[in-house]
Amino acid sequence: MAQIVDAGGGDGKGKKKAKKGTPTMDMTPMVDLAFLLLTFFVMTSTFSKPKVMSLVYPAKPDPKAEKTEQKINNAVTFLLSNDKIFYYQDQFYPEGNSAGKPATQLEETDFSPQGVRKLLTNLNRFVLEKKAGYDKQLKGKEIADSTYLRLVREAKGDNAALKVLIKTDDKATCNNFIDLVDELKIADIGVIAPVDISADELKLVKAKTDK
Amino acid sequence: MAKASKPKAAPAIDMTPMVDLGFLLVTFFMLAANFRSDEVVQVDTPFSISEMTIPENVVMITVDQGGRVYFGISGKAEAKENLLKRMSAKYQIPFSPQQIEKFGALTDFGCSIQEMPAFLDMSSDQRKEFIATGKTMAIPTDSTNNQLKDWISYGNAEMLAVGEKAYYEAKDKGYDPNINEFKPKFILKVDGKAEYLYAKKVIETFRDLNINNLNFVTGLRADPRKPQ
Repeated sequence: MAQIVDAGGGDGKGKKKAKKGTPTMDMTPMVDLAFLLLTFFVMTSTFSKPKVMSLVYPAKPDPKAEKTEQKINNAVTFLLSNDKIFYYQDQFYPEGNSAGKPATQLEETDFSPQGVRKLLTNLNRFVLEKKAGYDKQLKGKEIADSTYLRLVREAKGDNAALKVLIKTDDKATCNNFIDLVDELKIADIGVIAPVDISADELKLVKAKTDK
Repeated sequence: MAKASKPKAAPAIDMTPMVDLGFLLVTFFMLAANFRSDEVVQVDTPFSISEMTIPENVVMITVDQGGRVYFGISGKAEAKENLLKRMSAKYQIPFSPQQIEKFGALTDFGCSIQEMPAFLDMSSDQRKEFIATGKTMAIPTDSTNNQLKDWISYGNAEMLAVGEKAYYEAKDKGYDPNINEFKPKFILKVDGKAEYLYAKKVIETFRDLNINNLNFVTGLRADPRKPQ
């Protein structure tokens, strides 16, 4: 075992013969070096690689293609503003629209589990219930993994599944947007479409946020 | 007669276990480390439940809190050098061979192509200061002068060439590679506090190039559906 040499003292009358035994070495510089290296590696390394969340945007429509007015069915539109979140269901009807429908009113919710998550769980019950059923089947080994993935994908793409449009105003932050997309992924929403906000919708959001 | 007491020796500590421990930790960190890359700007990313790790072959666009845009591609210096040569030809800005070599070692950058020669002549710290003090508006994304679009489009072309080469190499070795794994992925690293408006500008640029599948860098958050 290495030991610090006790070089000092001793009585003068002692024998000159060196003590036999294990050779001793001063380890302090080595320890210094080891910890210096250690500090360096601790400071410079990153452990986990960053995670990414994938999001597929709708393709830009061909400008030459004819514009077809699409009827939105079974959809909810989220409007994001500075840390606030509003929504309405299905089609948007501006005040005094030709269809004679009442003008769309915005509802407000928040990013807490009781807010948007509860709302989405209710609205997307169709997919979630189906998925829960498939989960059970998968656990009981009634269906294969690949079948499970296919069935879930089919359920998400079904007509009865909820579709979500996301619109943002100038004050919405990236945190708001990513938080919402994250909630949509938690709620197993299949179709997520970030789209441009219209002037009428912007007016409604402004009226709500200015209050 | 009482003996004169011996002078006390310095207390001896056996350092061996400490050295052992020190080197064990050093070895561990050396092997486990993947080095933090030298990025010009640090951003606080938002959080999500996604557990997908960042792919190897990427074109990464960073948007900082002030909405400035930075560009970086992964991979070999050769691809980056070719990319700069293409941009140099398009914008008629000459670069010296030393500058091109420096560009090959860059992780990312944030300046217009006109500022690029001066940017490349700076040291790493000077570059960070150049950006932090707001001397540059980073990469222009305006509709009249969308340099980002060219960076992405040429970067994509270079990365595809690299990926293609790697794919055929893997094939020659007798593997059965999946071609999609060799295609470049597009990563958006946005600051959570940045307005979405700025990210949208970048996203629209991607969509103009018909690149619709984007990946956001996010911190990991616990999935509420899973039992803890």
